[in-house]
Amino acid sequence: MSEKKMGFFLGCIMPMRYPGIESSTRGVLKSLGVELVELKGASCCPAPGVTRSFDQTTWQAIAARNLTIAQNLGVNILTICNGCFDSLFETAHQLNHDPEKLKKINKILKEIGAEYKGETEVRHFVEYLHNEIGLDAIKAKVKENGGKPLKAAVHYGCHFLKPSNVKKIDNSERPVIFDEIVEALGVESVEYKDKGSCCGAGGGVRARTPDVALKMTRENLVNMKAAGVDVIIDCCPFCHLQYDVGQVELKKEFEIPVLHLSQLMGLRFGLDKEKLGLEVHRTPVKL
Amino acid sequence: MTTVAKRPDAVFAKKVVDAGGKTLNLCFQCGTCTGSCPSGRQTAFRTRKLVRRAQLGLKEDIIGSDDLWLCTTCYTCYERCPRGVEIVDVIMALRNMAVREGHMAPQHKKVAELISKTGHMVNLRDEDKALRKKLGLAEVPPTVLQHPEALDAVKKICSLTGFDKLIEGGAK
Repeated sequence: MSEKKMGFFLGCIMPMRYPGIESSTRGVLKSLGVELVELKGASCCPAPGVTRSFDQTTWQAIAARNLTIAQNLGVNILTICNGCFDSLFETAHQLNHDPEKLKKINKILKEIGAEYKGETEVRHFVEYLHNEIGLDAIKAKVKENGGKPLKAAVHYGCHFLKPSNVKKIDNSERPVIFDEIVEALGVESVEYKDKGSCCGAGGGVRARTPDVALKMTRENLVNMKAAGVDVIIDCCPFCHLQYDVGQVELKKEFEIPVLHLSQLMGLRFGLDKEKLGLEVHRTPVKL
Repeated sequence: MTTVAKRPDAVFAKKVVDAGGKTLNLCFQCGTCTGSCPSGRQTAFRTRKLVRRAQLGLKEDIIGSDDLWLCTTCYTCYERCPRGVEIVDVIMALRNMAVREGHMAPQHKKVAELISKTGHMVNLRDEDKALRKKLGLAEVPPTVLQHPEALDAVKKICSLTGFDKLIEGGAK
């Protein structure tokens, strides 16, 4: 299976609320020689914080149906979202290694005429860029004078690297791979207090108790501001939304632009700025 | 004020273990989880206490509590636990049990319904379609939104697993 041809899992927040992340991802991966295949008929991953909290069997059955779409096309899955990565990776990991669980989920899938064979791999955009494309290939695409020097607060989010005993991508307490990509783009990744902290939105907390979610977001923003950053770089549309809309909900106490890594890459690669969809960001992006 | 002794319920504790919290009894109450919790830093939610209540099977203290829903599932406690307690898995097991007892917040029902009825957790508005078109993307994403037969499959899964009934709150 060629890892330069990947099934592009869209999820929900990216295609509906930040389609600029989608067009940026398609644009930068095309310029890096990656072919994206549409996973026709895919659904919500489904969102781990809510769906898994309610019923783990439903969560895995819907995720497994999504896996079968890639399987039937003969491709592995690529996602730019930590939530989608969590649902799909965790489900693939469990079903690919546990025949009993696979049997249980396939009993459900049989009713919709599907079968998961337990072989599909799921990859996250950041890990894929770092380990499959490589920093040199990324550096080679960066346009000189691609913009003024920027100091970035890199936000890993939670479900990209954790749980680390399952994901096995990087050290969850002191990760480097996302920072290395940002630095390869010619942007300085700065240290800030509690850098690994959650954006606050996950686990159904934003939906149920938005004020609590926002308190966590605010604390991170205070720490990012203290470090003097120009921009927040995320690798998850839900974290993206929490920081972008969250700053409006916090009455514009902060005004730090929020970019998904794909959008930062679009800027640094010199993609048409009109195709990055920055105008729908609620916190204005003036870079 | 009188203090009423709470009665441990080993059957409930066993149910938590069986539902996915298999590492629950490894906890020795050091509190690393509470000290690491970004939600607990903003609220009175104490992860260590939740785990202790689960070990003792204090069902009534857990099932209907708001604390159970303050975890963002960030996994920091899970990563740092010196005993290898997979705390998020314990919390997921407890949440599944709470939902089966009819405890699901209206806001959560709304999201669950969106997923079970539309296949997505957010809707596609006219303004989203317009922006997608402007960006050179398919106006309607090539997901269940373009493929009704795929949406039927998702709905059928929700019916087979009883998820649709669970959202209505009737299932036990």
